[in-house]
Amino acid sequence: MSEDGVVKKFMYVNRKSPYGTIYALESLEVVLITAAFDQDVSLTFTDDGVYQLMKGQQTDGIGMKNFSSTYSALGDYEINKIFIDKESLEERGLSLSDLQELVWEDEDEDYAEKSSINLVSRAELSEIMNKQDVVLSF
Amino acid sequence: MNMLHTINKSPFENSTMSSCIEMCSQDSSILFIEDGVISVMKSTKFSELVENALKEFKMYVLKPDLEARGLSLNNVIEGVEIVGYDEFVDLTTEHKTVQSWL
Repeated sequence: MSEDGVVKKFMYVNRKSPYGTIYALESLEVVLITAAFDQDVSLTFTDDGVYQLMKGQQTDGIGMKNFSSTYSALGDYEINKIFIDKESLEERGLSLSDLQELVWEDEDEDYAEKSSINLVSRAELSEIMNKQDVVLSF
Repeated sequence: MNMLHTINKSPFENSTMSSCIEMCSQDSSILFIEDGVISVMKSTKFSELVENALKEFKMYVLKPDLEARGLSLNNVIEGVEIVGYDEFVDLTTEHKTVQSWL
């Protein structure tokens, strides 16, 4: 709980491919910073945002920092509601197996490792978005 | 050779690639860089457009930008040539002009 006891539902919507613009990295940094405020945080990856989680990113050739491994830290910050837009994957010829696995440890079940990733349709995303107090788009 | 077009935007984000293909004259080439590399991946909703355009134009894609994004070289559409920075430079000198689509 935050100091005044108010917990809001925050959703970060990621819609850009990494590296071409700064949005993906900026979003990740904001998410990790706000994780310290004990809010109810969820992340959505839709449109080109699904490319942010691609496995096997190798940035040596473009001389930029490869931040893809940082996503695996989200579970440690108790950010375990990650929504991936199914249609966005499909129109890019991708499937969940092309993306990195993201997990968290459930304290209530002897720290059992659970997947943070939820594959959802756009209709489901719409419902989930509607329930948020704050939506931040990157 | 005629003109070298470079495309640095994802086809899912805006219409740069479709516009370029429509305005591309014969004997021109298209080089995909940065987020533009997404354009030449197999099995996307733009693959067919690219495959058809390949019959008319030479197409190239920058390897370091594919690798950065975790896009497998094996999933690049057949016929698109994968090049490095050295060949990027060669392409700019071999063509009469360069149009950098933004």
